[in-house]
Amino acid sequence: MYKKPLIDLQDDKLLLSFRGELSIYTVADIEQEVKKIKNYTFKKLLIDGNNITSLDTGGAIFLYNFQNDFCAKKIDVSLCLNDARQKATLDLVAKNMASAEIVKKMPKKNIFEKIGEICYAYFIGLLSFLQFFGQLFVSKLRYLTSLKNIRFKEIAFEINDSAIRALGIIALTSFLIGLVVAYQSAYQLKLYGANIFIVDMLGISIFRELAPLITAIVIAGRSGSAYAAQIGAMKITQELDAMKTMGFEPFAFLVLPRIIALVITMPILIFIADMMAMLGGMIVAHVDLNITPSLFIDRFSEVIAAKHFYVGIIKGPFFAFLIASIGIYRGLMVKADTQSIGFNTTKSVVESIFAVIVCDAVFSIAFTILGI
Amino acid sequence: MALITLKNVKTVFGDTVIHDGIYLNVKEGEIYGLLGPSGCGKTTLLREMVLLQDFREGTIEVLGKNLNGIREKDAQSLRQQWGVLFQFGALFSSLTIKENIALPLVEYTSLSKSMIDEIVRFKIHLVGLKAKDANLYPSEISGGMKKKAGLARALAMDPKLLFLDEPTSGLDPISAREFDSLILKLRDMLGLTVVMVSHDLQSIYDTLDKVAIIDNKKIVYEGTLEGVKNVKNEFIQTFFGIANE
Repeated sequence: MYKKPLIDLQDDKLLLSFRGELSIYTVADIEQEVKKIKNYTFKKLLIDGNNITSLDTGGAIFLYNFQNDFCAKKIDVSLCLNDARQKATLDLVAKNMASAEIVKKMPKKNIFEKIGEICYAYFIGLLSFLQFFGQLFVSKLRYLTSLKNIRFKEIAFEINDSAIRALGIIALTSFLIGLVVAYQSAYQLKLYGANIFIVDMLGISIFRELAPLITAIVIAGRSGSAYAAQIGAMKITQELDAMKTMGFEPFAFLVLPRIIALVITMPILIFIADMMAMLGGMIVAHVDLNITPSLFIDRFSEVIAAKHFYVGIIKGPFFAFLIASIGIYRGLMVKADTQSIGFNTTKSVVESIFAVIVCDAVFSIAFTILGI
Repeated sequence: MALITLKNVKTVFGDTVIHDGIYLNVKEGEIYGLLGPSGCGKTTLLREMVLLQDFREGTIEVLGKNLNGIREKDAQSLRQQWGVLFQFGALFSSLTIKENIALPLVEYTSLSKSMIDEIVRFKIHLVGLKAKDANLYPSEISGGMKKKAGLARALAMDPKLLFLDEPTSGLDPISAREFDSLILKLRDMLGLTVVMVSHDLQSIYDTLDKVAIIDNKKIVYEGTLEGVKNVKNEFIQTFFGIANE
């Protein structure tokens, strides 16, 4: 335990005796206590360490630096330490401290350096993403030269893992979205007595926009992030390196099956989302607006052209490609530390949702110009 | 004085029995080695001693505390009195080497920043790292350096007990011998007690005071290295090259 060191000033001689434990737990207090002797004037410093009960390296470092501080001020320092083990500890410390270089602080960067670094990192990021796309394109060409190259088993596994298992959550979310959208608009429509237009409104908004977007967002959060984390972890455990040295091209084994699986299944998932959202809307229309399901379906076939359905479905493969390739790209960007898995997984979700929304906007403009 | 005592320890994973009645005694100031064939549960036993792994039966006492149903307060105080070096260093990847070593000091003591810097400088030099490496992140240094940094972190709090999991594996022979002499020096000067799992014969001969050899779920030998040659056991005979003589 901490015991106050005794300080005794006689003429030009200062006697300082440490007592009790001199360790990392007590050094902070002792340091505070002996600070005041810096204000005293004396020519000789006698340090009595015979009453130290235990001395660890932290305490020894303190003692060593304390002696040196006063030596540097041309004060005569002598230390009395009898315990053999404590002496050995102090010797070990003295020997190492004398030759140990000072650990330099990391130099601080100024704002321009930081901005420059960030910009450069983004530039490099863009280049590496383009490189990834180039590699993807080349391996796709090579891959598709022969049917034998296509890894049906992996594709089937990925279809099950990243799409079929997502069916439940997609069905539930889109059902609820249909329900909510219908419920919100029912109130407005009732004000104008335009109850029947709920069918037009739901049909167009859900088929064209809501169902594809909801599906893409759920898949990006669920499967895209899983791709990033899986491939990132494989990179850390050197599984990717192992595959490369054995001649298994990671693009053929890991990347393309995932992309193909999502591209195939995304339209199907969007179709499910369409149906579930319409079901939700139909229930609200029946309960809230007194539109029977048969009336709903009659009106539906009258006003909703098939093109609205196709517009939504056609977006699927594009969204799927973006989500899968961004997820995988982020996985491949993982560096050899655990932090970067989390960082890249987060990035994969943020970036793929952003990419999906940009892509959706592009589609909107294109379809408007084409008059679809 | 026995710092670690194991009595009748039994470990079971699923249906597999790993240890079936292990008895051990580690005395103060010893460098104690756990040896045995791969998969015999050396590392598991080490993990049980540092409260990372539960065991099915028996008692383990470390520094006078029984680990069965240990109170959180006692466990915390134990954790400040031992240092553990994992096989691959297990450094925190979000912190630099310097911050890794300083972490226990920052969390558990009220030392001033300059004092912590001094202690870190000492430990870095002690384990043979260079000061310029101190600001690097674990992903930027080699496996051997990670090990040295891991040892510096394990020694940060001046523990009484040091657990080492294959300390010399993956080190070049020169570093490995330096590591051995460092362990010996630390034991002599700081009065450390060391428990290690090792496969490195040179290191075993150079450093260990006592060995325990685990084979077939039990301790087949515990004692000094000299006595090991008289034991009739296939693993021991092969490992220590007695069968070939």
